[in-house]
Amino acid sequence: MKIAVCIKQVPASESKIRPSADGKGIDPAGLSYVVNPYDEFGVEEALKIKEQLGEGTVTAISIGTAKVSEALRTCLAVGVDQAIHIQDPATEGSDGLTIARILTAALQKESYDLIFFGRQAIDDDSGAIGIYVAEFMGLPHVAGINKLKILAEDYRAVANRQIEGATEVIETALPAVFTCQKELNEPRYASLPGIMKAKQKPLTVWTLSDLGIAPDTVGSGHAKVTEDQLSSPPTRSAGKIIEGNASEAVSELVRLLREEAKVF
Amino acid sequence: MSDKFDVIIVGAGPSGSAAALTLAKAGLSVVVFERGEYPGAKNMFGGVLYTPILNRLVPNFWEEAPIERHITKRRFGLLSEGSEAAFEYRCEDFNTSPPYNQSFSALRAQFDPWLAKKAEEAGAMIIPETVVDDLIWKDGKVCGVKARREGGEVEADVVIAADGVNSFLAKKSGLRKAFTWNVLAVAAKEVIALPRETIEDRFSLEGDEGVAMEFFGDAVAGMVGAGFIYTNKETLSVGVACTINAFIDKKIVPNDLLERFKAHPSIRRLIRKGETLEYSGHMIPEGGYNQVPEIITDGLVLVGDAAHLVNASFYHEGTNLAMASGLYAAETIIEAKEKGDFSQKGLQGYRTKLEESFVLKDIKKYRLVESWANKNPKFFKEYPDLALDLLKDYFTISEKPKETIQKELTKKFRSKIKLLRTMVELNQFRKTFFSS
Repeated sequence: MKIAVCIKQVPASESKIRPSADGKGIDPAGLSYVVNPYDEFGVEEALKIKEQLGEGTVTAISIGTAKVSEALRTCLAVGVDQAIHIQDPATEGSDGLTIARILTAALQKESYDLIFFGRQAIDDDSGAIGIYVAEFMGLPHVAGINKLKILAEDYRAVANRQIEGATEVIETALPAVFTCQKELNEPRYASLPGIMKAKQKPLTVWTLSDLGIAPDTVGSGHAKVTEDQLSSPPTRSAGKIIEGNASEAVSELVRLLREEAKVF
Repeated sequence: MSDKFDVIIVGAGPSGSAAALTLAKAGLSVVVFERGEYPGAKNMFGGVLYTPILNRLVPNFWEEAPIERHITKRRFGLLSEGSEAAFEYRCEDFNTSPPYNQSFSALRAQFDPWLAKKAEEAGAMIIPETVVDDLIWKDGKVCGVKARREGGEVEADVVIAADGVNSFLAKKSGLRKAFTWNVLAVAAKEVIALPRETIEDRFSLEGDEGVAMEFFGDAVAGMVGAGFIYTNKETLSVGVACTINAFIDKKIVPNDLLERFKAHPSIRRLIRKGETLEYSGHMIPEGGYNQVPEIITDGLVLVGDAAHLVNASFYHEGTNLAMASGLYAAETIIEAKEKGDFSQKGLQGYRTKLEESFVLKDIKKYRLVESWANKNPKFFKEYPDLALDLLKDYFTISEKPKETIQKELTKKFRSKIKLLRTMVELNQFRKTFFSS
C-alpha cells in the first residue's frame, strides 16, 4: 500500500508569536519550528499501517523554504521511506487553495492508496487543505478521524470520528483522504539509528516545473484569500489590590464591581 | 548498535561545538548529542562573549555570527537602597573596526545554533533532543555513551563531556565529586525588548556599539554577586547572579531578587517600557581553580562548564574559556589519533594546553575569589552602604557649614570602620583581584 502524508512545518506551540512589522504575518525571529502535531498523527498512522500490513511505502510531502527540510528529516527519522520537498520561491504567499493545487499535482505523480493530513495546522488553524485536495483528486474524505482500520482485502477502510456526544463510524472505499484528530495514536520517538540514517538520506526536491505548474499561477498574486491583518490579543490590564480592613475592602470591591467593572 | 565514531561529544554548547568543529575540520568522524530542542535551547549566559578563540575557530566570525553589539563601555555601579555611585570606562579604540575589543553582546539562543551549524557544515553530526544517560566502559576505559533513545548505544575512541555545569558524565565517570553550595552561583535573567533608538539614546551609544553594566551592593540585596545589564541591538539582557549560599542565607529566590533589582530606582529607568521576551535561569560554576576537577581519564575529557572553567573575577568569562577548552581538547584528540593512544596519558596534552594558556592561568590567578567573596560579605553590603551614605552626606546641600559636614563625615567613617581591620581587608581584596 502506498501511503502519503502531507505535513506542514509550524512554530512550536510554546513559541511567543508576534505580528511582523507590516502586521500581515508573524515575526519569525526567535521562533522554533516543529512538524504540525496533527500531521504527526498522520505520520504515525501511516507507519503503523505499513507495519501491520507488512508491506508498503510511506511518503511525506511538504511545501516551503529550505527550512522545511528539517521537518521532513524529522519524518524520515521516525521511519518514513521517502520525503518530498516542494521548494520554489514562486509559491511564497500562496493561499490554501493554491497550496492544495500544488499538493494535488505532487500526489498525482504516484497512485497513493491512503493520503493523510492533520485536521488542521496549529498556526493558521484553517483546516482546509485536506478537503481541497480530496475534492481536486475526486477522492472520498473523512475528517478528524481518531481511529482507523484498513480492510486490505476489500480495499476499504473504517474510520471513527468523534462528534458531539457520539462516535461516528464511517466506511469508505480506497483510495481516500483522511484528516487526523488527537487520540488517533501516540506518535513514536525516533530511534537513534533512525535519526542518524535520516541525516544522510537524500530528500526529493521538486520545483513547480517538475509538477507542470506555471510559476505565474501561484503565489501571493493569485491568492483568492489574503491575510489582511494579524494582531496580538489585547494585553490584560494589571490587577488591582484593594487596601484597608475587611469590611472597608469588601464595600470598596462592591463599589468597583458596580461602577467600574459594571458587572451588576 | 550504530557505527563507531572517532569522537562523541555530549552537549552542543560553545565548548562542544568548538570541539566538534575542530575535529570535523581535521576529518575525524564526530557525533554531538544535545539534550535541548536545538543547540542553545538549554543554555544561558549573562550576555557578553569574548571572541579571541572564536576568531581562531571561525576567522572573521563577525561577518556571519549572530552577535549583537561590540562592547565599548564597561560600567560598574555600587547601589544602596536609593542611590548609586558608578565608575564607567569607555574607549573609542574599542569602536573602530571588527573585531573591535573582541567582546560582543550576544544571545545564546542564536549564537549556539550558529556555532553548531558551523560544526555540522564541517561534517559533524549534530543530534538534538537526545539525552545521554551514561557512559559505556570497556576494560576500565570509556568507549561510548548510552543515549536515551531506542538503539541509543554508540561507541567512539573518545567521549568529550561538554554537558555543562551539572555534568552528569563528570559525576558518572568519577572525575568529579558532588558540589558544595559555595562554588555555584545562580543567575536569573530576562531579555527585555526596547526599540533600537531607545537603547542607543538611553545608554548613550552610537550604531552597533554596546555597554556592559554590572551593579553591586543593594542591586542584589547585599548578597555575594551582582546584577547586570548588557545591551543587545533591540533588547537588553537584564539579570542577577549570586552564590547559592547567598540565596540560602538570605532566603530569597532568584526570580524575586531579579524583580527587586529591576525595581531599583537606578535600574527601572534603564528598562522602562521594555517588554520582557524571555526569562531564563542557570547555574554558574564559580568555584575557581580549586574546583577544576581531574578533567581526563581513559577515553574521556571534560570541557567548558563541565570542567568548571569559569573566571569569576570582574571579567565574568566563561564562554571564551569553554570554546578554548573545546579547541584544545580537539587538538589533543587529533594528536592522540595519530598515535592511536586515547588513554589518560595519551590525552594529557589537553591539560597541558589549558595550563599553559590563559584558560587555567587566569582561573589560577583568580583562585582566591570564591573564598574571598564568601569570607568578606562586608564588601557586598556593609561597605557599599557606608560609602553611599557618606557620599550622600557629602553632597547634601543645607545651611550646615561644609566644615561641620566634613567633621561629621569623618566621625561617621571612624565609628563604622576599624581602620586596621579594613586595611587588612582591602589588602586581601587587592591580592585576590590585582596582584600577580
